[in-house]
Amino acid sequence: MSSKLTRSNKAGWLFAMPGFSLLFLFIIVPFFFAFYLSLTNQRLVSPNEAQFVGLENYRNLLSVAVVTLEPETDDAGQIVRDEDGEIEYPRVRTITRSDEFPQYRGMGEWFRWHWGDTAKVVIASDVLFMKALVNTLTFALFIVPLQGGGALLLALLINQKLRGINVFRTVYFMPVVISIVVISLLWRFIYSGNDGLLNNILEVLTLGAFTPIDWLGRTDTALGSIIAMSAWQGMGFHMVIWLAGLQAISPTLYEAAAIEGASKWQTFRYVTWPGLRNTAVLVLIVITMQSFAVFAQVDVMTNGGPLDSTQTLVFQTVERGYGKQDISGGATISVILFLMVLTISAVQGFLTRERK
Amino acid sequence: MATLKLSNVKKSYGAVDVIKGVDLEIEHGEFVVFVGPSGCGKSTLLRMISGLEDITSGTLEIGGEVVNDKPPKERGIAMVFQSYAIFPHMTVRENVQFGLTIAGASKQEKEEKVAEAARVLQMEHLLDRRPSQLSGGQRQRVAIGRAIVRKPKVFLFDEPLSNLDAALRMDMRMEIGRLHDTLDATMIYVTHDQVEAMTLADKIVVLKDGLVMQVGTPMELFHEPANLFVAGFLGAPSMNFLDVDVTERDGTFAKVANAALDPITVAHKGRIDGPGKGVLGIRPQHVSAVEPGSGMLHGKVNMTERLGTETVANMTLQDGSTFIATFDEDKIFQQGESIDLVFSPEQAHLFAPGEMKSAAH
Repeated sequence: MSSKLTRSNKAGWLFAMPGFSLLFLFIIVPFFFAFYLSLTNQRLVSPNEAQFVGLENYRNLLSVAVVTLEPETDDAGQIVRDEDGEIEYPRVRTITRSDEFPQYRGMGEWFRWHWGDTAKVVIASDVLFMKALVNTLTFALFIVPLQGGGALLLALLINQKLRGINVFRTVYFMPVVISIVVISLLWRFIYSGNDGLLNNILEVLTLGAFTPIDWLGRTDTALGSIIAMSAWQGMGFHMVIWLAGLQAISPTLYEAAAIEGASKWQTFRYVTWPGLRNTAVLVLIVITMQSFAVFAQVDVMTNGGPLDSTQTLVFQTVERGYGKQDISGGATISVILFLMVLTISAVQGFLTRERK
Repeated sequence: MATLKLSNVKKSYGAVDVIKGVDLEIEHGEFVVFVGPSGCGKSTLLRMISGLEDITSGTLEIGGEVVNDKPPKERGIAMVFQSYAIFPHMTVRENVQFGLTIAGASKQEKEEKVAEAARVLQMEHLLDRRPSQLSGGQRQRVAIGRAIVRKPKVFLFDEPLSNLDAALRMDMRMEIGRLHDTLDATMIYVTHDQVEAMTLADKIVVLKDGLVMQVGTPMELFHEPANLFVAGFLGAPSMNFLDVDVTERDGTFAKVANAALDPITVAHKGRIDGPGKGVLGIRPQHVSAVEPGSGMLHGKVNMTERLGTETVANMTLQDGSTFIATFDEDKIFQQGESIDLVFSPEQAHLFAPGEMKSAAH
């Protein structure tokens, strides 16, 4: 039998209409629109008619190749070395701008490694996109254990009957209710190279032995700094989810474990953690999805810099779509991001499925 | 040897006293049942013995050693909970061997002990199932399996059968009785069900409001209740209480009567001081119906319930009080029919009015 909703309940559908049309207009239409745009050369504002270009946008983003550079040799066939003794190689542009290799035209060097005397150079048609991709993956890889683990630790701490425990619950949750933009601004002061809070604290703790660092101004610390701040900011939210999971575990199970002589760690291992299974899957997938969407922190704190070391996919989407008015390029990145997150979530769901 | 000794054990939550001083000795191998109405503190007392609750004052000794401040695992006890408390994500086997896993036992030892427990509880075929695939009775069996596998000195049962249906409850009751005979261990069992208490116990401890009302064998408690509470709590239907006037009292006996009761002489057992008011307790099973005018207790039948094996008569006595009588044979009374009852004065119990004092003090 069909449900009552689908059986001629016109009033019901009428009431649902405003909600449905808003969902349709602002979520479903843009979703499919992004797919469509990624197959055209649409500009944000342009007098020219957009053309259908097939998968060219994807090709422009994703093309990667490895080229091998042979060392420069002199007339005697000897390998040429510079003053430091490093082998000299021809420049990559001798390949990417050569008519001999039309397939590499326009590509740039992403990174290289050495194989004997030769150098293997990975060239990509969109090096910036590749950097953003790697940064986003790195971000997700660190955020998931940091934020998820930290949140679990906090949840275990606040899941106690202590006087004033609500103060701690509130304090830990506070970063979640504050706008990420505000938090990013505040942390810019904390990370500041001249007289930032973090540098001051480290100086005091090391009795002045620590040399201040411009945390957001160096390629080797900028991404790490953003990761640390983001993990801290989102922890409270997942703490609440963990807490709900913890409180769903029957107290008698803990009593049974205590009677059987389980230590604190054994109780966690045999009672708490298995009881949190479903919560863990949820937290894992939610954090993964959120971390792939990292944008505001980058936008406020570093603008993708220094030297593209904090570029991320969503930042690139916005940058291209609106900054460069290349809306089809932005749409293409967002479609790729969607497929990535979908795949990863599906894999996570599969790996953490209930085994009978 | 697993003897238990509780000396003036008390428990308070803030200003609220839950256990108000319990003295109790339990011999090795005894099956002791704590029974009482809900809120009497029986479960709290059990949890204090287990170590899940702190003891506010007094001492608890297990095997001659004071264990007040020891965690549960050092007390040599195992506990079976009302809600089973078996781990939902583990198989039956993993549940049963949990205590051994915690203690780091070898695989072989675990297998042997689990096999033995499964044999005793007849659940070999369940070992690889998950708790979600078990019935209530089977789950409780698993919980008992987890308790016996470590061979503890003392078993604690906290209303283990309350979540089971009536038929299953009877089976499991017998099984627990059998287990006690097999294991030769001390068992303490909390229940509010007097049938479980009467059938299982070597010794019953009746509790009320955190105090021990009486300790004794089931038959002692049934035939010689020390106070009104115990008299009324055990037995079904409950004992009848008649408000009587005590007209004479000597060293052993007292003469009692009221508007419905012709004067009789009963033993007072020191429970009343002299002539005055008293309460006479008579079990419904201890009376017989006779022709009006030939018995000592006079009343009218309001309603009869014929159960086949017995007849329960709800009566109003001549003093206006209600009286329940049961007769072994199938009897038919007219509604409003006047009948007389006879009983043996030795089977009647005389109490002082409102007397509820603990027998243990």
